Amino acid sequence: MNVTDVKPSVLPGVRLGRMSFFWRPWVLCVTLLLAVATFLVFCLSIGVGDFPISLSRVIATILGRGEQVDQFVIMDLRMPRALAGLVVGIALGVSGALTQSIARNPLASPDVLGITSGASAVAVFLVTVSGGTAAAIVDSVGLSAAALAGGLGTGLLVYFLAWRRGIDGFRLILIGISVSAVMQAITTWLLVTADIRDVAKAQAWLVGSLEDRAWSEVWIALWCSLALLVVVSFVAFQFKPMHFGDEVAAGLGVRYAAVRAVLLLCAVLLAGVAVSAAGPVPFVALVAPQVAMRLARCPTPPLVASGLAGALLLIGSDLLARTALPVSLPVGVVTAAIGGPFLVYLLVRANLR
Amino acid sequence: MGQTAVVERPAPRGSSKARRRRVVGLGTLLALLVIATVLSLAVGARALSPTEVWHGLFAAPESDQRLTEIRLIVRTVRVPRTVLGIVAGIALGVGGALIQGYTRNPIADTGLLGVNSGASFAVVVAISVFGFGNPFQYVWFAFLGAGIAGVVVFGLASIGRGAGNPLTLALAGQGVTVFLAAMTTAVALSDQQALNALRFWNSGSLNGVGFDVIWPVSAFIAAGLVLALTTLPSLNLLNLGDDVARGLGVNIALSRTVGIASITLLAGAATAACGPIAFLGLMVAHVARYLTGPDYRWLVPYAGLLGAVVLLVCDIVGRLVVRPGELDAGVLVALLGAPFFAVLVWRGKFRKA
Repeated sequence: MNVTDVKPSVLPGVRLGRMSFFWRPWVLCVTLLLAVATFLVFCLSIGVGDFPISLSRVIATILGRGEQVDQFVIMDLRMPRALAGLVVGIALGVSGALTQSIARNPLASPDVLGITSGASAVAVFLVTVSGGTAAAIVDSVGLSAAALAGGLGTGLLVYFLAWRRGIDGFRLILIGISVSAVMQAITTWLLVTADIRDVAKAQAWLVGSLEDRAWSEVWIALWCSLALLVVVSFVAFQFKPMHFGDEVAAGLGVRYAAVRAVLLLCAVLLAGVAVSAAGPVPFVALVAPQVAMRLARCPTPPLVASGLAGALLLIGSDLLARTALPVSLPVGVVTAAIGGPFLVYLLVRANLR
Repeated sequence: MGQTAVVERPAPRGSSKARRRRVVGLGTLLALLVIATVLSLAVGARALSPTEVWHGLFAAPESDQRLTEIRLIVRTVRVPRTVLGIVAGIALGVGGALIQGYTRNPIADTGLLGVNSGASFAVVVAISVFGFGNPFQYVWFAFLGAGIAGVVVFGLASIGRGAGNPLTLALAGQGVTVFLAAMTTAVALSDQQALNALRFWNSGSLNGVGFDVIWPVSAFIAAGLVLALTTLPSLNLLNLGDDVARGLGVNIALSRTVGIASITLLAGAATAACGPIAFLGLMVAHVARYLTGPDYRWLVPYAGLLGAVVLLVCDIVGRLVVRPGELDAGVLVALLGAPFFAVLVWRGKFRKA
């Protein structure tokens, strides 16, 4: 990574069985703080609404000791949305951190790999071209499933197009940009030719939203991302030396081609899970790792902190969108409106120090 | 994009063979541009023969009904869009090459400085707040928005220590872009008229802009090109790394300021006139680098000419494929350019910026 504001220093190591890592107290502190903040905002988000519930009662209910009314309001009405925000935020944050690490480029995000643009193109196609009659058939679940298929298909297409005796980060990103450009052009063209009422509907989908999540959707997203995160956490230990370049990593005994392929696939699938649960929420995957990296003062995006930063951003934005704003806006608008300036603030602050 | 910019030695000055090859290439591109220009004048809803084009351009007004009609088509429709195609294509090509040079990031694009999102936001505001419906009115808003966004991004990136650090610039641009895009979406989602205008503006078209817009836009682009030319030698040295450049007597801050000002003028003016045309600058910059090598004194003129040729050709194809309708040039740049670009990427033709 091209980071100039991090001083290299020698750090003590910690060894646990076959795994070893640096002892970085600051990173641990930041990660823990992010986790606490995420949990608090998560509970706050559940408590706020037409039937306000205090923070202590929310926590009690989550721990299974709540009153029956709270139990109903929280578990049946508010939990799915909040949990969807948590899962999508973590998935996008980790996916972004992986993509930026693999490409060694801070501008890279899963958006660049074609998942969001492919999903968007399919969704906009279904909303606009199939028109009124088919729109009735394609209910909301069908739409997100189709969009997910489109996104994953595009992601795999990018991966296979970029494959040439292995995957090279630079080639992958350029191919990803090309394929994304085609998908975006198709989306643009569909929007230009469509009826304006369909356009508004497509546009609302394109922004990403957490509204009206059902438990069934949330469970799928939750289990899929948990499984993926387990894979990532095992493989990621092999990944650290890769920042020194392929040759050094190979010299240290890392099978970098395999590690990179697995992690890349996980990044694609995590982004796909997020798209299926909330639509193509923009920028979280790009902003969260950069924010986490700067808060934790790491040379590369830290995975856990990136996921937490993504979740915090998404849940916090959703909370703001529901409470503070005069008009109801999809969460994607608010994530961008908060995430963009916060990234800029961190950059300026780092430069002023 | 890694810690060390990949530096390649420009061919030695005395190498007359390399020089001749580059001059021949430049001549070929000029010839292609002339051919594209003639085709752009001749092809369309009504195809004209070269003699008819000639008459349309130069013949004095006559009583002949048919010739008067041809004169009208050529002078009021074909000539403006051809001139705009050339001017905007050069601007976006040169801008794309420069931004990749100044950020040392091979996936940087002219939209990165926020000019596209600034222009889009200004257009939406012009429609939604001021009630302007006519593209001629909001061209100036677009230009103002692009300019302000460019200045803000550069201002943010040059605060304090590490002023003009390429990474800071790229990320600040991304942060501002993210924010403005969110604001644009927020306005467009709450105002159907703005949404309607925005989708047409977003597709990027050469059609329907008159000389009353083209002349001022060209003046800004000309100023941008002059600035660009003055920075090319120092840009070459900057790509050897800041320390080396400083040691060789380059005023880094001045060079970066002039370069970014140039990119803002070029991309802002082109975007104001045609709407955001994504991918063009990025693509031609890579192709130009492949053709000339890393010497920016050759790379930038190549990128400019390539940009003009590609944009004109895409505009011409757009007039032919869905007759009697049209596909916008911005859409076709991605649909035609991206697969071609992806093949070149796959064959390993490109080096990092």
